[in-house]
Amino acid sequence: MCTVCGCGDAAVEGHGHDHGSHHHHHHHHGHDIHFGRGAAGVEVGGMSQERLVEIETGILSENDRFAAANRERLAALGTYAVNLVSSPGSGKTTLLCATIRAMEGPVAVIEGDQQTTNDADRIRETGAPAVQVNTGKGCHLDGHMVGHALDHLEVGAGTTLFIENVGNLVCPAAFDLGEDAKVAILSVTEGEDKPLKYPDMFTAARLALLNKVDLAPHCDVDLDLYEANLKRVNPGIEVIRLSARTGEGLGDWIGWLRAQAAAKRAPEAAE
Amino acid sequence: MHEMSLCEGIRRVVERAAASDGIARVTRVRLEIGRFAGVEKHALSFAWDIVMKGSKAEGAALEMIDLPGVALCYDCMKQVEIADRLDPCPDCGGGRLMPEGGDEMRIRDMEVV
Repeated sequence: MCTVCGCGDAAVEGHGHDHGSHHHHHHHHGHDIHFGRGAAGVEVGGMSQERLVEIETGILSENDRFAAANRERLAALGTYAVNLVSSPGSGKTTLLCATIRAMEGPVAVIEGDQQTTNDADRIRETGAPAVQVNTGKGCHLDGHMVGHALDHLEVGAGTTLFIENVGNLVCPAAFDLGEDAKVAILSVTEGEDKPLKYPDMFTAARLALLNKVDLAPHCDVDLDLYEANLKRVNPGIEVIRLSARTGEGLGDWIGWLRAQAAAKRAPEAAE
Repeated sequence: MHEMSLCEGIRRVVERAAASDGIARVTRVRLEIGRFAGVEKHALSFAWDIVMKGSKAEGAALEMIDLPGVALCYDCMKQVEIADRLDPCPDCGGGRLMPEGGDEMRIRDMEVV
């Protein structure tokens, strides 16, 4: 497993942590000081130059490599991919089923959950091919998992690939899967301040789907405030109000997908 | 966020970088963490000692360097530094800021013997 999430493993016995083990800076002062002439070409207070090894690598670089490979593979296939992210219970799978039923053209689905194949089973009932990825204790899908899931799906030119991430508004924001866009689903029952509480996810998303708008009259919510808070954390985000249950707004969402997929293919067609 | 898995990622990178025979042990690792990276530094320190056990970096000191949060203000179109993700623009007071920096999670270098 490439990136096993630590969320569920946080309680580790026998832990001894030395709080004094870092932040010791010793600055050298004296005459004729020349920085950056040592073996490493850089002077760092408290570090001996001969033994300083430059790394300059992202902590998530391994995931990013898998994601880049997925992106290349999907581009070569002519497949448009969205990474659907949300909190648990926002209605991702219901919306996805409704989307698939209303859409024309081939689709494929990768379902991410900690346990069960319930969601993939629901997707398959629509006739769309789906692969379930169970992350176990993991709180997000990663590039490596999605690469393997792709091995089990037939995707080709014109296919729209939906990757339904694990319901979680924190970790999936940081893990690139190789998708073309992250789409955040937010339901009207969650509270207008959700974007302010979890800004990273809504900043990473290109589009927010404000779902379950048919419930809005029953739960005293201000839909404009939802939008204002979304724009506050991400001024560039697009917002579509919809209801998977009544079908309201579904056409806008499918139109958005179609336009994005066409824009992805356009530069390739121009070559 | 998921500091244990971040530490595991660091361990893989550090072990690769320290694989040569000339390096017996890693004594210090320096990370650059952006203000908006979502990294809980205490949790990372907590996970550090455990995850590095059995590697050349066992017992290595962990140093975290903070990088500032940088955002583009959509009202005055200036790039500004902000301390908090939801701060208004320090220049014009605008409230629509798009983060452009500060989500870094990088291993800068390490000290070895």
